[in-house]
Amino acid sequence: MDFLVFQYPMITIQACLDGLLLGILFALIAYGMALQWGVMNIINIAQGDLVILGGYIAYFMYLYGIHPAWGVIVSPIIMYFVGIAIYKLVINKVVDRDLFISILATFGISILFMQLMNFAFGADVVLANSGYGTTMLFDNNVVLPNSKIFSAFISIVFAICLVVYMKRSKLGRAIRATAQNARAAKILGVDTEKVYAATFGINAALCGVAGALISITFTIHPYMGLPYTIRSFMIVIVAGLGNLPGVAMSGMGLGIFEEFADYILGTEFRIGSVFLLLVLILVYRRFKLSRKREYLK
Amino acid sequence: MKIKNILITFVSAIALLFSTSVVSFAKVVGDKIILGAAISLTGKYSSNGVHTQNGYNMAVDRINSMGGVKVGGKTYKFDIIYYDDESNPKRAAQLAERLISQDKVEFMLGPYSSGLTKAIAPVTEKYGVPMVEANGASRSLFTKGYKYLFAVLAPANLYLDVAIRTAVELNGGKGVRIAQAFEQDAFSQDVRLGILDAAKETGSEIIIDDKLPKELNDMAATLVKVKQMKPDVLVVSGHTKGALTAIRQISEMKVDVPMLAMTHCDAAKLSKQHGKNSQYALCASQWHKTLTYKDDFFKDGMTYAADFQKEFGYDPPYQSAESSAALLVFKDAFERANTFDQKKVRDALAATNMQTFYGNIKFAPGGQNVDKPMVLFQVMCDGDGKCENKVVAPLKWASAELIHPIPKWSER
Repeated sequence: MDFLVFQYPMITIQACLDGLLLGILFALIAYGMALQWGVMNIINIAQGDLVILGGYIAYFMYLYGIHPAWGVIVSPIIMYFVGIAIYKLVINKVVDRDLFISILATFGISILFMQLMNFAFGADVVLANSGYGTTMLFDNNVVLPNSKIFSAFISIVFAICLVVYMKRSKLGRAIRATAQNARAAKILGVDTEKVYAATFGINAALCGVAGALISITFTIHPYMGLPYTIRSFMIVIVAGLGNLPGVAMSGMGLGIFEEFADYILGTEFRIGSVFLLLVLILVYRRFKLSRKREYLK
Repeated sequence: MKIKNILITFVSAIALLFSTSVVSFAKVVGDKIILGAAISLTGKYSSNGVHTQNGYNMAVDRINSMGGVKVGGKTYKFDIIYYDDESNPKRAAQLAERLISQDKVEFMLGPYSSGLTKAIAPVTEKYGVPMVEANGASRSLFTKGYKYLFAVLAPANLYLDVAIRTAVELNGGKGVRIAQAFEQDAFSQDVRLGILDAAKETGSEIIIDDKLPKELNDMAATLVKVKQMKPDVLVVSGHTKGALTAIRQISEMKVDVPMLAMTHCDAAKLSKQHGKNSQYALCASQWHKTLTYKDDFFKDGMTYAADFQKEFGYDPPYQSAESSAALLVFKDAFERANTFDQKKVRDALAATNMQTFYGNIKFAPGGQNVDKPMVLFQVMCDGDGKCENKVVAPLKWASAELIHPIPKWSER
């Protein structure tokens, strides 16, 4: 047990800011997951692998001398089509089946992607350097890498664009209608097949953005996808489906919680404490719902 | 009907017998000594697995072309059967079984990584198959009383021992304040135990002791603590991702620490991926090409590096060098034993005392090499941002002087 946080007040500020910036990035990945979970009722285990693939796109741009920040434009475009392709090949066959089948299918995609990336890009850990420098606050006591600030900023921009798109555009309305009731939407003339494909594509594109940002701020590796899947899964569970502001809040909350758990309990309990939190929240929600005589879907 | 069934069973049994006996290799076929190895050619260790395989192949070709192995007045050549263990310990253990019981291999070379070596060692031990391994450094491999396991490399707990001792020496023999962050895996935790021992012996104090998760890619929290508590030495070990993450975040967060010591810098291609930001980092290494050890096959480190570069197109990491050394050890042991009897070869291996281009090799009863110290190199860059690794400790092998303390970020 470590109480550094209380001995050094600056650490508290640092932890909050670090957690916040990290959480915003996680929330972006969770956004995509919440969207397609809500619309298609599919839990995408390959979410993290799509993120890593997006990261590799930015990394290769960096290798060929293009600034990796352009990856946040290029990577989602490529990943959108990758998403559509995955939908056409696999997901459309499992979309109406029960949840277990889709989990198995996406789990298979996840393994396939890991091995293919390992085969194509090698097992080395790589990163893309943005050369963005550092912002110092409070007499150099709080440091924020500009790459993290950039990541959070881009994540917010994409999240806002997505919300506006969902509200305003025709496709966005169709997606929301399908999420509410696929059968009714179909009767009213919405081409649900197209909506599903677009939703999966948008999700993959969001993963592409997040991946490009992760290659700039952290490191990427073919086998590093799973932690991102798990975190976004948690964020969505905590926030609930179809609750986009909730996803943003729970993402940021989770980021800050993780940082503090790191300082107070020690780094080794960082991920463990996140899982503990998940259990507590689920129990709490169950308890609340049972009092209202409702049930947790 | 019954007779037909019996007949089918009989025929298939014969066929099975034939199929296995046709593909099975004996330990020595004609003039070939066949060694077995399960290596990670796919999966997460595949890059280092390939370095290992290249190291083995390089030595096989060299020994064969320079006259082979002389046993009982006859000359033999090395040959290796490889299987891909997919970086999976379970698979590695199965393959070891297969190599020994189906392919009838009687001598083994090690896989890549401590974890996989740990999976294979019980199998080779069970069958009494001598195994010379070059890539499993975990201390726990050498405390189990294995009789047939020999490692040409120094055990993991010695990796960063030199760094702490050097820091204490530079501090006028007084203890230093150490911050450490280690991944939670067998290897890194062994490195940590080594630091704990060194700290105890030198009267040093450990002020930060973080354990990093296996999927680590963020150690900002540790670095914030380092910034506030200002230790004299920061020690990080977490394979290539640990090394890359540490340098990225230390440079981004402008963490000033007088000494930074790490593992896996050359596997991470640190100076290539991070350029000038990696400057002054101290890295533990089993081998460096500028060391002046010598042997008859590869001459010395520089020649080995040049030959390796010519053959495979890249500078050899120490993983390749130590793998090549394993073959030299086998050759030496076969010739001294002058037989292919496994027990006698095992005894000859245990009595090994030789110098190779990779270092001196002499095995302790546990099987680890006790005659080869770890070296530390420091990443040094010139004005144009071209970086090179130079050996700085131990002093006997140093090709450059240690830069200490590391200049502050504000002064770079």
